[in-house]
Amino acid sequence: MKSDITDIEEEIISEFEIFGDDWEGKYEHLIDLGRTLPLINEKCKIEENIIKGCQSRVWLNSELKDGKIYFTADADAIITKGMVALMIRVLSGQTAKEIIDTKLEFIDKIGFKEHLSPTRANGLVSMINRMKLDAIKLSEK
Amino acid sequence: MIDVEKIRKEFPILNRQVNKSSLVYFDNGATTQKPRGVINGIVKYYSEQNANIHRGVHTLSREATELYEKARKAVSDFINANDSEIIFTSGTTDSINIVANGLNFPTGSEIIVSQMEHHSNILPWQLSCERNNGKLRVIPINQDGTLQVDRLKELVNDKTRVLALTHVSNTLGVINPVKEIIKEVKKINPNILILIDGAQSVPHMKIDVKDLDCDFFVFSGHKIYAPTGTGVLFIKENVLGKLQMSKTGGGTIKSVTFEKTEYVDGPMRFEAGTPNIEGVLGMADAINFINSLGIKEIAAHEHELLCYAQTMLNGISELEIYANHLNKASVISFNVKNQHPFDVGTLLDKYGIAVRTGHHCTQPLMQFYGIQGTIRASFALYNTKEEIDYFIEKLKKAITMLN
Ligand SMILES: Cc1ncc(COP(=O)(O)O)c(C=O)c1O
Repeated sequence: MKSDITDIEEEIISEFEIFGDDWEGKYEHLIDLGRTLPLINEKCKIEENIIKGCQSRVWLNSELKDGKIYFTADADAIITKGMVALMIRVLSGQTAKEIIDTKLEFIDKIGFKEHLSPTRANGLVSMINRMKLDAIKLSEK
Repeated sequence: MIDVEKIRKEFPILNRQVNKSSLVYFDNGATTQKPRGVINGIVKYYSEQNANIHRGVHTLSREATELYEKARKAVSDFINANDSEIIFTSGTTDSINIVANGLNFPTGSEIIVSQMEHHSNILPWQLSCERNNGKLRVIPINQDGTLQVDRLKELVNDKTRVLALTHVSNTLGVINPVKEIIKEVKKINPNILILIDGAQSVPHMKIDVKDLDCDFFVFSGHKIYAPTGTGVLFIKENVLGKLQMSKTGGGTIKSVTFEKTEYVDGPMRFEAGTPNIEGVLGMADAINFINSLGIKEIAAHEHELLCYAQTMLNGISELEIYANHLNKASVISFNVKNQHPFDVGTLLDKYGIAVRTGHHCTQPLMQFYGIQGTIRASFALYNTKEEIDYFIEKLKKAITMLN
């Protein structure tokens, strides 16, 4: 049984807390998370699954299993990939309702809010929207 | 030599802190910062001089008109044109659109651009080709980013109507031998109209449109320390009549009836509506600023920065540098091998360093190199070797973090 979204968010916040003001440490950790992101199945790296940001591309695949939504993803930029890894850790394996309702406030708390600005060229905002949309679509099937 | 420390004091924004570091602004190819003279000029305009131009008999309107026309003179002197050849636009993109929309061609006409053009010097011509059933032809480039000039002979023929070419590549900094090209093309077919995109050359070198002998020369004010939303379209005197107006309205006419309108003869027929008056005055202030330092001195300083930075970058083995030679304006495009430019740009930004990452509005050039984008550092007159040292140090740090 996967723990609920707030628990995972708390876990991530404390994981980043140890870096304090050391943004370099935070980024190094984020980059490491990007490296460990389990890759999306190459079969799923199709045009339909691509979320075009201005500069970095993100692929997202969503599946429904036993009432839960599972995401796999990849990105061509490693910092973006780190952010994607965080989203997946929080959202994958949750129910559609939880996914749709969450505000992902942990992003701000760990100091990466700037990555979610809509003017940002990394496609993350579009990715989150896509995750929520996919969750709705899959749960209505 | 120019006194950079003194010059830096003229640019208030250079005192800014970004992400707790002093701003290092290496995105001058995108837009330059503005000196106090330009900023104060705008305040002065709205505090003391604001009125619409070419309209009123009242004192303010007359004064504003005089200032506006004086700015036209400053621009024409700056590029060695006549006042009647200068049209104020909102920028390079606007200037190119005015030309591309104002020329009609018979079906099957050809327009030549190059592989390294900015989208703004491709798309208006692409549209024009669609409209006129024409064909866009492309001058290829070499791996080092230089133009394959000898291919022009095959590309130019009696169907060619326009050659639209950038003077300096915004992505690579490569300087094209436009004077020689213009001469060559005119020799093959003197009727071909030649547009030179000077957006990236005007900030870095002396421009003489008479010497170049181009038909159109376009650039943006905001890349030469002037306000955004300002631009210039130079049209050679004897070509002005060939260009149709694509927009008209107030300020362009001698007389209007519902049956027929008589337009003014000069450049103002292309300046419909109330223009960006304070921007144009700001452009004159910016040109005065450049002239007071001397464009040759500015160019010498920028070239020194280019040589210094490129040497330092060549010392970093993880880099791929595009157009890795020095026949360039002060622009360097590179990638960190196996890293996405976006990641490098994001980390540099955390250190207060502003560089541009991405395709720089030159996707066909990216396709030539088979890449998504580059990191581009572009220097201006206020940049220093110390800033380059800091940039190199932080770039190395970023590479370590990413590897
Ligand atoms: C070579 C070149 N052409 C055209 C443009 C477009 O200029 P603007 O956006 O000022 O119209 C630019 C600016 O990025 C440029 O570098």
